[in-house]
Amino acid sequence: MRRVVITGAGTINPLGANVAATLEAMREGHCGIGPLDIRDVDRLSIQIGGQIKDYEETTYFNRQQIALYDRFTQFTLLAAREAVGQSGLTFSGELADRSGVVLGTSGGGLNTQDENYRAVYEAGKNRVHPFIVPKLMNNAAASHVSMEWNLRGPSFTVATACASSNHAMGQAFNMVRCGMATVMITGGSEAMLCFGGIKAWEGLRVMSKDACRPFSATRNGMVQGEGAGVFVFEDYDHATARGAEILCEVIGFAMTSDASDIVMPSKQGAARAIAGAIADAKLPRDAVGYINAHGTGTAANDKTECAAVADVFGAHADRLMISSTKSMHGHLIGGTGAVELLACIMALRDGVIAPTIGYEEPDPECALDVVPNVARDAKVDVALSNAFAFGGLNAVLALRKH
Amino acid sequence: MIIKDQIIAIIAEQAMLEPSDVTMESTLGELGIDSLGLVESIFAIEETFDISVPFNANDPGDSDFDISSVATIIAAVEKLKTEQGK
Repeated sequence: MRRVVITGAGTINPLGANVAATLEAMREGHCGIGPLDIRDVDRLSIQIGGQIKDYEETTYFNRQQIALYDRFTQFTLLAAREAVGQSGLTFSGELADRSGVVLGTSGGGLNTQDENYRAVYEAGKNRVHPFIVPKLMNNAAASHVSMEWNLRGPSFTVATACASSNHAMGQAFNMVRCGMATVMITGGSEAMLCFGGIKAWEGLRVMSKDACRPFSATRNGMVQGEGAGVFVFEDYDHATARGAEILCEVIGFAMTSDASDIVMPSKQGAARAIAGAIADAKLPRDAVGYINAHGTGTAANDKTECAAVADVFGAHADRLMISSTKSMHGHLIGGTGAVELLACIMALRDGVIAPTIGYEEPDPECALDVVPNVARDAKVDVALSNAFAFGGLNAVLALRKH
Repeated sequence: MIIKDQIIAIIAEQAMLEPSDVTMESTLGELGIDSLGLVESIFAIEETFDISVPFNANDPGDSDFDISSVATIIAAVEKLKTEQGK
């Protein structure tokens, strides 16, 4: 088994257009959630979101690229550019053949679908642009990353709703660990903040109209966000041989299925994933100092997640910290675990725990140290990142300070 | 703008060239337009002239729409406009 380290990170999300800006915003407890600026917002009952403001696609891409890059692909490429740039890697020869891409997304090119359904159904047009299919397909982002950086090994896309990017990163981890690949570009992206993308979520009646307040007794639902997080997962020996800067080590991963309900989470499914990731890392449970929670701000998730953590850790549950950065950037659905992994890296590298902002009042069903409202300095050696998807599909990663 | 100039403008944009670099004898291959660029050009022609172009990318030769040069494309568009009453 190979050791796996992270040698590059990149992002664009409602808190910042790169990793440094995002971590600064998390340290300061900034909120990236605000009024949505999208077409037909007046017909939505949910009018807030974690939208990437002041984003002009023409700043980054030319006309021919835009014809092929949906917003979720654009976010992916920008995040990948930062991550691969930081890693210092260039891909050619055998390394190119042994390196690939595995990314998570839930909606894929949903903006492209929304715009073109409008064109044919609402505007009555009988013709759409020829690149709609390659633009909207869920694997478009992974494919464009492979093309941009000449990654010729295993590449694919994972779609498991809110756990997509954790599942993707778990695959990347295991592919490098077992020797199948030397480097994997991994993470996820989502761009669902269009009329149809929000209208569908409205239907579930789990959305907040004012804020995302995970673990607070006053929480009233989730808030959608958009953006991408991309990482370079690299074989430890390969990284050290070339003198790469190592951000942290990936040491464990587990995935489980609730096998019970299509939307309601299960404490047992979540607990098995958390315990499984720690067992995979071959660590005692009390080694874990910080958990980046799934923490959606819904009634059901937060109490179930806290109960699962209490079950797994016993008395140690009261000593570890658990926070939800969704309070700041919103729920990036298929990209959320990737952006949230940045909070884990910050905890391990910088000793700063990102807060759960918007926290107003304790909930006895969420009686853990949720790092309310203000970031905290703390030394952490091992961090977990939780993701629990609709459909009962759970994915937890374990990281260690390097 | 006359049909010829509109078509040359579409092809030039697709090829990332100046319209003056596109001659009547130019082939799309010479101009660096690949198969994706070709279908995008046909889409732009359909949108611009409000016509339907019979073209199957599986076998570009097997249609009445002759794409062998800029001149044949212009002639084909003029014919389609007449046939489709535009």
